[in-house]
Amino acid sequence: MYPKEMEKSVRKVEESREERLHKLPEPMSAEEREEVLKKYHPDYKKEVKRKLKVGVSAGMVVPNEVADIIESNPIISEKDVDLSNIDYDVDVLIIGGGGAGTVAALWAYYEGIKPENILIATKLRHGDSNSIMAQGGIQAADKENDSPAIHFLDAYGGGHFANKKELVEALVKDAPFIIKWHEELGVMYDKKEDGEMITIHGGGTSRKRMHSAKDYTGMEILRVLRDEVRNIGIPVIEFSPAIELLMDGKQVAGAVLFNMETEQYYVARAKATILATGGFGRLHIQNFPTTNHYGATADGLVMAYHAGAKLRDMDSVQYHPTGAAYPEQVVGQLITEKVRGLGAQPVNVDGEQFVYPLEPRDVEASAIIRECYGRNKGVVTPTGMRGVWLDSPMIEIIHGEGTIEKNLAAMFRLFKRFNIDMRKEPILVFPTLHYQNGGIEINENACVLGKNGIIKGLFAGGEVEGGVHGKNRLMGNSLLDYNVFGRRAGISAARHAKKAKIGKLSLKHVEDYKKMLKDAGIKTERKSPLLLPEYRGKEALSRALDIF
Amino acid sequence: MKMVRVYIMGKEYKVPEGLTIMKAMEYAGYRYIRGSGCRAGFCGACATVYRKEGDYKLYADLACQTTVEDGMYLAQLPFVPANKATYSLKKLNADDKVLVEHYPELARCVSCNTCTKACPQELEVMDYVQASLRGDFEKAAHLSFDCIQCGLCAIRCPAEIPQYHVAQLARRIYGRYVAPKALHLEKRVEEIKQGKFDKEIERLKKMSKEEIKKAYYARDIEEEAPEED
Repeated sequence: MYPKEMEKSVRKVEESREERLHKLPEPMSAEEREEVLKKYHPDYKKEVKRKLKVGVSAGMVVPNEVADIIESNPIISEKDVDLSNIDYDVDVLIIGGGGAGTVAALWAYYEGIKPENILIATKLRHGDSNSIMAQGGIQAADKENDSPAIHFLDAYGGGHFANKKELVEALVKDAPFIIKWHEELGVMYDKKEDGEMITIHGGGTSRKRMHSAKDYTGMEILRVLRDEVRNIGIPVIEFSPAIELLMDGKQVAGAVLFNMETEQYYVARAKATILATGGFGRLHIQNFPTTNHYGATADGLVMAYHAGAKLRDMDSVQYHPTGAAYPEQVVGQLITEKVRGLGAQPVNVDGEQFVYPLEPRDVEASAIIRECYGRNKGVVTPTGMRGVWLDSPMIEIIHGEGTIEKNLAAMFRLFKRFNIDMRKEPILVFPTLHYQNGGIEINENACVLGKNGIIKGLFAGGEVEGGVHGKNRLMGNSLLDYNVFGRRAGISAARHAKKAKIGKLSLKHVEDYKKMLKDAGIKTERKSPLLLPEYRGKEALSRALDIF
Repeated sequence: MKMVRVYIMGKEYKVPEGLTIMKAMEYAGYRYIRGSGCRAGFCGACATVYRKEGDYKLYADLACQTTVEDGMYLAQLPFVPANKATYSLKKLNADDKVLVEHYPELARCVSCNTCTKACPQELEVMDYVQASLRGDFEKAAHLSFDCIQCGLCAIRCPAEIPQYHVAQLARRIYGRYVAPKALHLEKRVEEIKQGKFDKEIERLKKMSKEEIKKAYYARDIEEEAPEED
């Protein structure tokens, strides 16, 4: 049930449904895409970005929120920690316990590193991550009419031809292998009776290659991978994020960890270190709500930058076209692209179509913003939020009754809690901050790159790294990314660890970074990595005393 | 702004109506370290137990998906220390006894249905426990599929069964041993290994930006015919 004003618009959506079932707007041409992006995509506003003043990628234009955490004081100094007292001494240290970190741990183990010589350090619980929230699916070109080359072209064009080609090649060529690995681990992909994978389209795909496990795809994959890590006995320390990398003058050599509950630090020495810290959704770029988990504060990006890692494609931010816009309690939460994949059309306040439902994400998002703010054809909620309808009842008409409960159980449950039955009523959506398209630059072996090539001892996989998706990621390529590059990072780290020798641990690079900030004339109170966003109520904070 | 009273671990606060339990606690000044994960109902980090004023019942739900009501008494579960069996999926004998062998406590189920009532996902937990007891992987796997592993079932269970861990094993056995294999997947992995697509990808990699743009906009798009069963 919707408030009265919104119900009026729902009637119009119902009235036009029959006619809309049989026709779709045409996909946009290259020129049309460019026009709507330029005018309406949040990334194309100039005043929301600035050039970095310090570090390897100085001069690169990034969102202000990213520049703020890069141009911040590190939270620790050399003098704060005793590096001669080693708490954890391992072959492979993995920072981050989401998808990429979990996959990296498994492949470091398969590559011959003993479980006790691996350590996963993570900020929240093992598995609390964007990986577990991904709903819609994972791409892999494993059907007869499809090929890794077609997948390559889809991903490269979707990324606006800015992707690093070697990384796209690795992504698409490893994809079927990854799905097969999952199948062997017992992941329950949606299949037909003869075992054929059920695959559908995602935005920007030219073949149906989206594999899913209902709309809990990310959760199903991650809980299986996590179970495997637990069975093998790879140690995980939770609520203990890394706060700086350690170096020995020549290479990365572990990290300083921080137990957020007891507020003590640990020194973790490692022959190889993997960053699997995810992206920046909780920085709320341009004040957008986000689909991201609580810990997505781009800590890894900051730590790697302190250690000399290069960034790329950080100017582009992914806004998912369909975040929930009503009810208020769930604003910004992800409405999976699978809803459109199954046939729900975006429709405006008058019940009219205005965009092909499966454009690449940035184009689709821009078209929705245009409808709400350029053409004033959005639906206004009681709190003043604007959105467009996603006509979910169409799914049941096209695929039969029961499809939503079966294939979109999470979505159905989300709205049912607030008395909206998406089988019968459309749902209201607006773009939401979703993904860090760019990140730390890596090569195809997941080695992190600095000014002079590879930064020895440092590897990265998942959302923290950039280049795979260029300026815009396609649906289903992020679950794939964390598997492909998490795996490659795990293998590369294990191989490196077998021959690496670590010298004296140091935080000199952090002191150097502080000097760089000073030389660039940056005087600020800001500190990073942030670790957690600040959501406490203003009134409560205004009375807070810092006395113990 | 209309305010409601909530009791956070016994202390009274006034918070705006309409907030989720999670946002209400933050509004009151609590900063989560534990108890907040995906904030969207997928990770199970914010398992919450609450009681309503004048009601003796203890309710269980997710803090990020539940709206506060006036007079709620709130507490969150920081951790669930339930037993998880360890196993090698590859080596285990996937017969109908395997779940009970790994979790003998399954046999203690008294069919009281408390687990089902505690489940914030409204799953038929007791039914999948019974299916597990019978070695019916398929039923256990499908009934438990939407489980977010918050642990509320295990915390409430008088028989001390870690339902959500049992279900994880049942699903993995189903996925590996019972569900039919995707043969086209195996074939494609083999083709890639043999380098079948290398030439075509190499060709794409060597194209100029103009050439590849042209190829991209000229690609044919598979028809959107419904084919799901």
